[in-house]
Amino acid sequence: MRIYLFCFALLLGGAVQAEVFERTLANGLKVVVKEDHRAPVVVQQIWYKAGSMDERTGVTGIAHVLEHLMFKGTATVPAGEFSKRIAAAGGRENAFTSYDYTAYFQQLHKSKLPLAMQLESDRMRNLKLTAADFAKEIKVVMEERRWRTDDEAHSLLQEKMMAAIYQQHPYQHPVVGWMDDLEALTVGDAKAWYARWYAPSNATLVIAGDVEATEVFALAQKYYGAIPKRAMPPRRNYDEPKQLGIKRLVVKAPAELPHMVMSFRAPVLRDPAQDWQPYAMEVLAGVLDGNESARLNKRLVREQQVASGVGVGYDSFARGPGLFVLEATPSEGKTVIDVEIALRKEIELLVKDGVSDEELRRVKAQVMAGEVYKRDSLFYQAMQIGQLESLGLGHRAVPLMLEKLQAVTAEQVRQVAEEFLRDDSLTVAVLDPQPLSGKPKRPPQGTNHAH
Amino acid sequence: MLTKTLSGTLSGLLAAVLCFAAASAQATPAIQHWQSTSGAKVLFVENHDIPMLDVAVSIPAGSSFDTAEKSGVAGLTHHLLDLGADGLSEDDVARGMADIGAQFGGSFDQDRAGVSLRTLSSATERDRALDIMARVLQRPLFPDEILVREKARVIAALKEAETKPESIADKAFQQAVFGDHPYGLRVSGEIASVEKIAVADLRAFYETHYQAGGAVVAIMGDVSRDQAEAIAEQLTVGLPGGAAPAALPAVATKIAASERRIAHPASQSHILIGAPGMARSDPDYFPLYVGNYILGGGGFVSRLMNEVREKRGMAYSVYSYFMPMKQPGAFQVGLQTKKEQADEALQVVRATLAEFIAKGPTEKELIAAKQNIVGGFPLRIDSNRKILDYLSVIGFYDLPLTYLDDFPGKIEQVSIAQIREAFARHLDPQAMATVIVGAPEGAIAQPTTQQEAAK
Repeated sequence: MRIYLFCFALLLGGAVQAEVFERTLANGLKVVVKEDHRAPVVVQQIWYKAGSMDERTGVTGIAHVLEHLMFKGTATVPAGEFSKRIAAAGGRENAFTSYDYTAYFQQLHKSKLPLAMQLESDRMRNLKLTAADFAKEIKVVMEERRWRTDDEAHSLLQEKMMAAIYQQHPYQHPVVGWMDDLEALTVGDAKAWYARWYAPSNATLVIAGDVEATEVFALAQKYYGAIPKRAMPPRRNYDEPKQLGIKRLVVKAPAELPHMVMSFRAPVLRDPAQDWQPYAMEVLAGVLDGNESARLNKRLVREQQVASGVGVGYDSFARGPGLFVLEATPSEGKTVIDVEIALRKEIELLVKDGVSDEELRRVKAQVMAGEVYKRDSLFYQAMQIGQLESLGLGHRAVPLMLEKLQAVTAEQVRQVAEEFLRDDSLTVAVLDPQPLSGKPKRPPQGTNHAH
Repeated sequence: MLTKTLSGTLSGLLAAVLCFAAASAQATPAIQHWQSTSGAKVLFVENHDIPMLDVAVSIPAGSSFDTAEKSGVAGLTHHLLDLGADGLSEDDVARGMADIGAQFGGSFDQDRAGVSLRTLSSATERDRALDIMARVLQRPLFPDEILVREKARVIAALKEAETKPESIADKAFQQAVFGDHPYGLRVSGEIASVEKIAVADLRAFYETHYQAGGAVVAIMGDVSRDQAEAIAEQLTVGLPGGAAPAALPAVATKIAASERRIAHPASQSHILIGAPGMARSDPDYFPLYVGNYILGGGGFVSRLMNEVREKRGMAYSVYSYFMPMKQPGAFQVGLQTKKEQADEALQVVRATLAEFIAKGPTEKELIAAKQNIVGGFPLRIDSNRKILDYLSVIGFYDLPLTYLDDFPGKIEQVSIAQIREAFARHLDPQAMATVIVGAPEGAIAQPTTQQEAAK
């Protein structure tokens, strides 16, 4: 599933750029090292610029399935050994797949970095994919889909909304894949995906922790340097056609409370130096939902009590198109229409009156403090580097982004609200809650048995 | 989207020994400890690496201090602390914190009500943030109109929870494991009990339970000892005084076997199996911790993961854990699997559990577990946030101040026999509670037959 990173926090980077070093190996692998000597630990992350948006119709979910299969062994590291060796080194590990990229990570004592590099570099080119492993793992992925999406009303709403918003762009497909595609995938699809995208020139290696950059570069050369260079096939970039009017959809699923999501097409960051709108939209999101007394919670939840919960989502970091999302759950006795009217009123006010200097200052203060707090998480700092590199923005853009964010004016916030929060590019998705057919009433169905 | 994995052979014993040696040399934070004049227990680690300060105050005022009649009072008392205090409206509190980039947090469980703060350590920000926190903790207003509003929100969330298989399962499980003990009460209360709660209930609960004598103040970061002492005073001197509230009744550690199947339209069955487990002070803490790592706590390399996911592809997630509390908290095994194979999965889990309890781990498994837990020790204390959490736990559960220093050694001392004996003392596979929400359809039609089949 997409990992929703909070952009503010991500933008908070910066101050310690001097401790970040980078080098590109001859085979095209970019290595970025963040030195942080607070604790004797290290994190390794490898980011492949291949996510579900690189999939074709009919094989959706393959990026994520391959992520699972990456733990199934190589010629020299038998199935199960990767995780056993990391565990025996005191390490923690996992991986994640998003629309835009796939990443793998380990956290360990700093002395174990060579082991982590040896294992990670090995599976970059030597993965063994068998029909037997595939058959077992695809069942695990189907269980994951049932758990995350099929039985979760809000996830279903999200999935069907994305499918309604995008006509052409692959963001219309869920990261986990459609169940029908999962049923149809084969080990051949996994092999093709691995062969196409898992190459050093399509990856960024991020090492953060109590390490010396020069030593890390030497280790990276030793373990990753021998992997042959490979030219990447040209990438197909989709330009989602312009939306020409409001879209509405209803999703029926078992739940108690209705829910409503308004998604507006929105710009994302492409040129950190020249763009200004994505920064203004980040600030807008903060004004609306940056603290418990920000506009939406204060007015809709606390004062009008038309909603029992509200939320705003905007991520200026994406390889594909962006969305600015407002959502709300109506209070008891209120309807999705009531919350839509209330949200529209807030948009009107924004466009008419803009935002106050006080609101602007508050958002910026939170950004600057977050810049300091970020230093408490090594993993998070590595995430920021990996994500910015994978999106082509570059980790060195962080101080500039921070500056641009601080320079956002109240009028710019008003302008982006006026330009982008419009019906012609809006999709409204509503969850219509359905009773559970076997809903436990009082007492619940089912029985107690003593063994 | 998180992945996971499998099994194989072990690295050698030599590696294990080296690994332990390296980790034992790991420096642990120097914990300073004192009592404030108000009687609160204070734990402090001074660290100036980052110009920020973390503070957490823990109070023995969790949901186990609720009654069934007014279940939810403890949670609402905690929830309303920052929604109006000593001349500050709820908006003043939220904006006051946001204006200086400070972050206010809360935590709440059966034992503990917690309030935490992260702020820049520069004097202006720090003083403003602590001033707000001090008022919230010591002079909450519990405004009537806000209670009415928040009750409606809690009730809405409870109604929603009653449609979610994981919530339905959790509620049934807690009841089956703890019966009438307050640990069996739902943390946020019930719809009917929350409806009855009035401001007077919150005030009375606050006066009785938010006492300085029971409070634990954890302070981590960029302040001096003198400043830390002043902070601890500032945050607790105005807390209510009085006699300590009555202790909790004891958890009945043995339960009768039970199996409850609850219908649900979800495509997966949500299965929970367990029993009362261990208290935080249990002398078997380390053997049970290490044993559970091997059984179902160790991510991709546990027995449950291997049997259910790696060998059979029956679930994405399967786990076990002990929840160590003041009283014995639950031992719990959980998984989700598609309905049609729920009974088969249940059999696999029960067999794995019974086998482990009967025989304990193998030598190889024990070595691997120690390698991971001891070798990974530095990761437990690699940030201010994690150290702050340890300070709170050490203080709240009366663990020795040397807890972190002792940790690797205690793990290394655990033997196979200790694990086997500790599991036998605490868990009986023939006397556990099982809850299946979204049970296989046949089970609903013919509960007795299915229940027999599941044995």
